[in-house]
Formats: sequence, C-alpha cells, structure tokens
Amino acid sequence: MTVESTAARKPRSSNSSSGAGTKRATAKKAPEKKTPAKKAAAKSAAAKSAAREAAPHDAPQHDPELVQLLTPEGKRVEHPEFGIDLTPDELRGLYRDMVLTRRFDAEATSLQRQGELGLWASLLGQEAAQIGSGRALRDDDYVFPTYREHGVAWCRGVPPENLLGMFRGVNNGGWDPNSNNFHLYTIVIGSQTLHATGYAMGVAKDGADSAVIAYFGDGASSQGDVAESFTFSAVYNAPVVFFCQNNQWAISEPTEKQTRVPLYQRARGYGFPGIRVDGNDVLACLAVTKYALERARSGEGPTLVEAFTYRMGAHTTSDDPTKYRRDEEREAWEAKDPIQRLRTYLESEKIADADFFAALDEEQEALGKRVREAVRSMPDPDPMSMFENVYADGSALVDEERAQFAAYQASFADSPVAGEGK
Amino acid sequence: MAVQKLPIAKAINESLRKALETDPKVLVMGEDVGKLGGVFRVTDGLQKDFGEDRVIDTPLAESGIVGTAIGLALRGYRPVVEIQFDGFVFPAYDQIVTQLAKMHARALGKVKMPVVIRIPYGGGIGAVEHHSESPEALFAHVAGLKVVSPSSPSDAYWMMQQAIQSDDPVIFFEPKRRYWDKGEVDTDAIPGPLHAARTVREGSDLTLAAYGPMVKVCLEAAAAAQDEGKSLEVIDLRSMSPIDFDAVQASVERTGRLVVVHEAPVFYGSGAEIAARITERCFYHLEAPVLRVGGYHAPYPPARVEEEYLPGLDRVLDAVDRSLAY
Ligand SMILES: Cc1ncc(C[n+]2csc(CCOP(=O)(O)OP(=O)(O)O)c2C)c(N)n1
Ligand SMILES: [Mg+2]
Repeated sequence: MTVESTAARKPRSSNSSSGAGTKRATAKKAPEKKTPAKKAAAKSAAAKSAAREAAPHDAPQHDPELVQLLTPEGKRVEHPEFGIDLTPDELRGLYRDMVLTRRFDAEATSLQRQGELGLWASLLGQEAAQIGSGRALRDDDYVFPTYREHGVAWCRGVPPENLLGMFRGVNNGGWDPNSNNFHLYTIVIGSQTLHATGYAMGVAKDGADSAVIAYFGDGASSQGDVAESFTFSAVYNAPVVFFCQNNQWAISEPTEKQTRVPLYQRARGYGFPGIRVDGNDVLACLAVTKYALERARSGEGPTLVEAFTYRMGAHTTSDDPTKYRRDEEREAWEAKDPIQRLRTYLESEKIADADFFAALDEEQEALGKRVREAVRSMPDPDPMSMFENVYADGSALVDEERAQFAAYQASFADSPVAGEGK
Repeated sequence: MAVQKLPIAKAINESLRKALETDPKVLVMGEDVGKLGGVFRVTDGLQKDFGEDRVIDTPLAESGIVGTAIGLALRGYRPVVEIQFDGFVFPAYDQIVTQLAKMHARALGKVKMPVVIRIPYGGGIGAVEHHSESPEALFAHVAGLKVVSPSSPSDAYWMMQQAIQSDDPVIFFEPKRRYWDKGEVDTDAIPGPLHAARTVREGSDLTLAAYGPMVKVCLEAAAAAQDEGKSLEVIDLRSMSPIDFDAVQASVERTGRLVVVHEAPVFYGSGAEIAARITERCFYHLEAPVLRVGGYHAPYPPARVEEEYLPGLDRVLDAVDRSLAY
C-alpha cells in the first residue's frame, strides 16, 4: 500500500455498517482478470514515495515519474509499474473515439462562430486524457465532469448534441445524470469534486463495487472544495478517482500560479497516492485510470491522477490567449499531439489501413452534419419553462409568479403566444 | 484631460490606476486580473505599469482571495479584489459574512477593513449559468458591509475612488452589461457622497427607483411614458447599503407613487426593504402601494429566455400603469 493514513489503510468494508461489504471483500480477493493495471503495485510504496520526493519541483516535463506507454513519436514503450495489452480492435476504437471527439469539438467551435452557440469550451489537445480515462470506466461507475469533458461524455454514450444545449443557452444542464451515470457539467470551479466524494461515500455504504471519478483542472486544484474533497475521501476511504487534467493553464494563469509542487504530489499529504501520467498518451491514461479505479473498487480508497496535457485552444470562445501566452509553447505541444502519435503507431504496426481511416473520415463528416442539424433545429425554450422544477414539492410563490407572468404575456394584444409580445 | 469620454469598464480602470498611483497601500488582486487584465479588461495594463507585487494574479480560490485580503487589510493594505463573475463569489461568502463584515465591531473599532470587492453582476449578456446573477441583497442583508453599484462612467470612476478610501468593506457591483456604455468622466470634479441617491430625471406623477443596469431601463421607460403624457421621476439609488431613504422619501412625497426596479428576484430583494421603509415614512402621501419589478423566484434562466426574465421597458411601464390605476 502506498498510503500513510490509518483511515486509508483500513479496508472500506469494515467501515460499512450495512454488512454488504462482503461483495467488496470478494472483489478484492479476485480482482477482475481483464484489468491491465499495475505490474508491481505492491513493491511500489517506499520506492515510489522516495522517487517522488527526489523529483525536481521545477521540471515537470522531464519528470521521471511521468507514466508513458506511447511516446510522442508513436513508439510503444514499457513502464515498470503500468502496462496495458489491447487488441487491435480496442486500439482502433481509442483512435476513433479521439478523432470523433475532436471533430465534434471543432464543429461546436464553428457553431459558436456562426452564432448558434453562445459559448464553447474546447477540449482540443485533451482527447487522450479524456478518452483514456473515459474508456477505463465501467457502466456502473459514475462521472462528475467540469464543463470541458466532452470526450468523457462521448465514452459514456451521452449524445454529443445534448452537451450543446447549455452552451447554446437553451438550458442550464439538460440531461438526466442517471441515464449515463454522467453528472451535469459544473461551472463553479471545483464543486463537483465534493459531490463525487459524497457519491463515492454512498457507493461504499451500499457495499457496491462501483467507482466514482471526479474531473477537475489545474486551476481548480486551488479551490477549498477540492482540498476538502481530498480530506473527506481520505478519511472515509471513498472509492473515488480524482482525475486532474493539468492543461497548463487556468484561463490566463499558468500552473505556477496555483502550485509550487507538481500537483500529483499533493495526494501524499492527504494519505493517498498520486500519479502523473502523460495526458496526451491515451494508452497510459487508460492504464493508470484503470489502476486507480481498481484501487477504489477493492477498498483501497482514493487516487489522484494528474494527466499532464495542454489546452491547445483558447480557454473558451470568449478568450484571447494571445494576451498571455506565446505561440511557441503551443507549437511545442503540437509535436506531442495525442491523436497523431496513436495514428503513427497504428500505421507503423499495421493495425489500421487506409480503408479504416477513410471510413473514419466519412464517419466524422456524418457526425459533423448530425451535430450541426441538431443544434440549428434546437428550439428556444418556452419562457414559462423557467418556472418549472424550481422545487420538487412545488411552491405557492412560484405558482403565483408564473400566473402573473402568464397574465402579463397575454396582455400584449398582438401576442398570440407567450413571449412574442415584445 | 480632466473631462474624458469613457466606457464604464475603462472608467473603473482609470480609477484603479489613480488609486494605485496615489496610495502605495492599494493592491489589486484576483483571478486573471494581471497579465490578461481581467476577463472584461477592467484591470487592463495595470500589472504592466504597477508590477506583479501590486496587481496580483491569485490562485483560483475566492475564499482565499477574500481571506487574504482581510489579512492584508489587517497589515495596513487596501486590497481591491475582483470576483470574476457574480456567481463565483460564494466560495468567499463565508469570509465576507463571518469575518470581513464583523471584524471592526469585534475589535471594538480598533481594526478597520478597507477592502473593496468588485463583482461584475447582472444579466443580459447571453452567458451560461452563474454569469448573470444579481446577489446584492445577500450582502446588503449583512451589517458591516457597504453595497454600491454605479450606473454611469462618472459614478464608476468616482464611486471606486470613494470605495477604496472607505475604511469599511465595500461590495462594489459593476453592471457588466453596461461596461461598454460611454459617458463623460470629470476626473477633477468634486464628487458627492458615495451613498447619496441621485435624481437622474425629474417628474411629478410617479417615482422610479433603480440602480446599476436598471437605471438605463428606467430612463427609457420614463421617456416612453412622456410620450403618453406621464411624468416619471427616476432616482438612481447608487447604494443598496446604506440606502438613501431621505431622497426616495422626498421624491415620493411629491409624486405619491413608487416603483422599484432591479434585476434581482423581488422576493426578499432590496425593493422589499425600500417598499417597507417608504410605506412607513410616506404612508399618507402614497396614492398606491409601492410596486416592485424584478426577477422571479426561479434560478436565472438560460440565455435564450433571459430577456423574458429581466425587467425591460414594457415590464416597467406595466407596473407604472398599475400604480397609476390606483
Ligand atoms: C468558483 C469559480 N471561480 C471562477 C470561475 C471562472 N473560471 C471559469 S474556468 C476558470 C479557469 C479554470 O481553470 P482549470 O481549473 O485549470 O480548468 P480548465 O479551464 O483549464 O479546463 C475560471 C477562473 C468559475 N467558473 N468558478
Ligand atoms: Mg487548466
């Protein structure tokens, strides 16, 4: 075990008063065979901590602890602790996921330019972090995203057009979190990490062996809520994975404005392990997230995964990054593109042929078309809908205001329907 | 140089610049306020000219921003902090309510809290959720805080000067959808008191009271009403705590009617406080109950229906008609 606190060392099942912990205990004894996780997790404790302690604070790019399985040049490499063995189908699947996610994202950006969306937060450059972690999840796991996890949403089967409603301004969320175990996007930075922790506490109380994953950014790591979620998850040994996409920027602020240590090292102080993974390496992200999820499932508590990646685009379509960062930085990261490196690998290993790429191009076009049409035909909400779902139990005050609003709307002589009288 | 035509955002920028120039204890801090100059460019160029020690890009943590501002104030500094959007002040709400507001009283007056918290607020910019709210009542409710909101570039400039000079904490609500509205700013003028209301249009039939982004709407409503032969007085309250009740009272004693307009929900809104006080003070002058126009008891709606939620000219005139019908 790599953890220091007694709370974290205690198997979760013994904390559970429900007695349902046996399921967990069984699961722990016989972990899922398919999991391509750690090769030598047991030996890692002391060695890992020592290595991390020695890691230089100021040279994160050359951190020897960065888990990588596929180099930027598309070469498969081994890591002493994390391995992965995927079928050609699975490898092509990851590539397809990343390409389609990028295409969806580009489509949304241009829809914003055309005025169809009010705003868009692009995930460009973060496809590997999101697809790798997203594909590590089981259906019964639960995801708490920020506002940028379009690739994770894709993995969860959330229809991509559903994500666009709130960016178009027709709703404030717009999907049923339970239909894909994918919570609503959260704009208030860091809040969702506590929700994820609480959800995970519930999973543990139920004796289930699902895991929970909370996404957040490098900027979010400064929020009190995030620190509190680390504390709670450690104290309750909650089955949660904290997946931090360190994309180097929080709007205009570089990561150095948020932290003096590499972010993954923060976990140690709370009593659970932190791992830094090459966030542009989909294989490494998949392997490390699987490992972290498996720890959660088997009662070993939280893990912090720091996916070291880069926000290739602007913060959102409202942002102008030329104000605060240099093109050269972006260019350097372009050489580490997550999609290109997998393509190089697929081609050099003859895992994918020209037909595969051609078919995928067609699929991209179809997706783009589908998204454009879906967005353009998205109706504006009925103004009366703002009074809906304010309370689960209803409210006399809301009813009164709704009636007043309806009467007001109807008072316009030229208004056959509500909302057209202006 | 004394009189310039500036948008509100630039007037605040000039005011901050002036304060940084004249008082070495003034600091500007917040998320993205330095290199970027703020997401609305209100602090544009300040870090370049005053350095990273005085114009500070903070970690992304509002409680941290306000909490450390309190500590800096204890040490003699005058921090002006920015909360990026209205909906993001709440991580700092604890520090503001339990610490900032009460410190002076708890220290028996021995400690002062000259902290300004700038909050771009209000809707009408087509934003996603948490970017369009008007939470001023949540602060005005707390003793020890001053709460103000300018509606013009001149007020933006001068009220910021006065807020920074105040030894009490000031929550400075900036009407973000008016940031680019231009007006004359006389940087040599002698400003009136920070918390005094101002009559921005005289009239005799009814008083409209508003602040921040709604002043413009009320002025437009008054102009439209004039075409129908109704004479509306418009008062820019400028300050939600304290409220210049004397000014409102004097107006209502002449007009006999009052409509209060704000974007914030009417339920427990500042209009409720004004209605209650003015009813107490002017009961025998009132020809109609004080009416309120504002947001509904519902979450701020998605952008594509916000125009229905926000008080506009028609809703103000509707209330005016109802008041005049009594
Ligand atoms: C509590 C809060 N404060 C401020 C903001 C404004 N804001 C939106 S995104 C952002 C930066 C977030 O950076 P990071 O956590 O690194 O995530 P990224 O956007 O890079 O994915 C800020 C300051 C917010 N949404 N919530
Ligand atoms: Mg970031």
